[in-house]
Amino acid sequence: MNDVPVAVAAMPSAEGTAVARAAAVVGGPPAVRCTGLARRFGRRWAFSRVDLEVAAGARLLIMGANGSGKTTLLKVISTLIPPSLGAVQIFGHDAGADPAAARARLHLLSHSAGLYEDLSGADNLLVLSRLLGRPLVDPVALLARVGLAPRPEPVRTYSAGMRKRLQLAALLLKDPPLTLLDEPFAALDPAGCGAVEALISGLSGTVIVASHQVGRAARLCDHALLMHEGAARWQGPAARAVEAYTALHGIDNADGGG
Amino acid sequence: MALSPTVILRQIGQILSKDLLIEWRARSRGFALACFALTLLLLFSFAVGADATTLRTHAGAYLWMSIFLSSTLLLAQSMAHEVEAGALDTLVLAPISPAALFFGKALANAGQLVLLAAVALPPVIALFDAPLRESPLRLAAVVVAGCLGVAAPGTLYAALTARLQSRQLLLPLLLFPLLVPCLLASVKATSLLMSGDPMHQVNAWLGLLLAFDLLYWSICGLLFGRVIES
Repeated sequence: MNDVPVAVAAMPSAEGTAVARAAAVVGGPPAVRCTGLARRFGRRWAFSRVDLEVAAGARLLIMGANGSGKTTLLKVISTLIPPSLGAVQIFGHDAGADPAAARARLHLLSHSAGLYEDLSGADNLLVLSRLLGRPLVDPVALLARVGLAPRPEPVRTYSAGMRKRLQLAALLLKDPPLTLLDEPFAALDPAGCGAVEALISGLSGTVIVASHQVGRAARLCDHALLMHEGAARWQGPAARAVEAYTALHGIDNADGGG
Repeated sequence: MALSPTVILRQIGQILSKDLLIEWRARSRGFALACFALTLLLLFSFAVGADATTLRTHAGAYLWMSIFLSSTLLLAQSMAHEVEAGALDTLVLAPISPAALFFGKALANAGQLVLLAAVALPPVIALFDAPLRESPLRLAAVVVAGCLGVAAPGTLYAALTARLQSRQLLLPLLLFPLLVPCLLASVKATSLLMSGDPMHQVNAWLGLLLAFDLLYWSICGLLFGRVIES
């Protein structure tokens, strides 16, 4: 767990939309700064008026029910989707003006595997290592680090848990200063969740986890932001995340749902 | 953060080798594609009938129609690798330059189309009794230029339609009208090389093909970034 000091405040905006801010009190630019961020698809707003500042080294949990805007927010922060309004800065780099600089400093672990289905796990890691310009001498050792045995079969034959572990191996390969994790425990059995939890807690740098498995994810984070119907509704210390989630949704999710 | 030309060239090589590795690992698909191209040639010969003169005269057209029709399957598959499990997002976030991604993928597609043409050419010569009367090197130049002409706009349109539900219909619908000059020049040049070129017209058709290639490799290289980011 990271011990970088972060000041946290939540306040309602003039329109009643919550504005969440986890302001850095350490030197250097924050890992993520979102200003007036909003994204819509057609006439539907996925989220709106999100102001967010995550200090370098902090760990933030973004929680919320399905459809609350967590995934879209992570995709906008990662520069995969441009915002409809507002701006994102990654370590001081304007993601809109210089997306390559932002992308070089982050990795998104998303719902989709981000892998080549026709290649084996080791082949995928070798291809990615060349593309990242970080030659990988021993893919088998990296696979072993995430609990995968080397297999010649293509990834399309892998189970959901194996894919998730391979995604984590790709993340370890890039080793970015900012890691965005979208539902990292989805489709995993309890043993797989435990293994993924251990890997995530060992990550260095800034980590943002989006999950509706609040109890489990909160253990990995310092701060939490609750999203509901596309707006930030609460934020505070991760230790109080379960309480805030339960108060809004009326469901006890302390065991993380898995 | 502008990438240096050296980095972009390195990335082109890596995308090219990655695509060829995927095709090698899934080579049964390439074999099926070659069988499809050969089946088309057989269908053309059955459709025309036993008229040897007509078959010989139009052998170049049958060859290129077979390549063009097969190319849509190949091009669609090359982008399906990228989108089916979100690998394209991994490339974008790596970050790989959009130009490197385009040129790497288009070169891989062009290479596979040349290989397909090399597989289809002997059956064309045998089935349609159309022996080559000019230099094989000139035919090789026409085949390479023709395949480059298909690959550049084909890669762009495959990226454009890859996430659409009706992509298998839309890709040929968008691509084929654009490829008419390329088809015309490829067929004319190939037919002249097969039947003889006493008026030395092949060079003019080859020149048209090269101009088409230059135009579309430049335009598509510039547009590819917008297509994958949208």
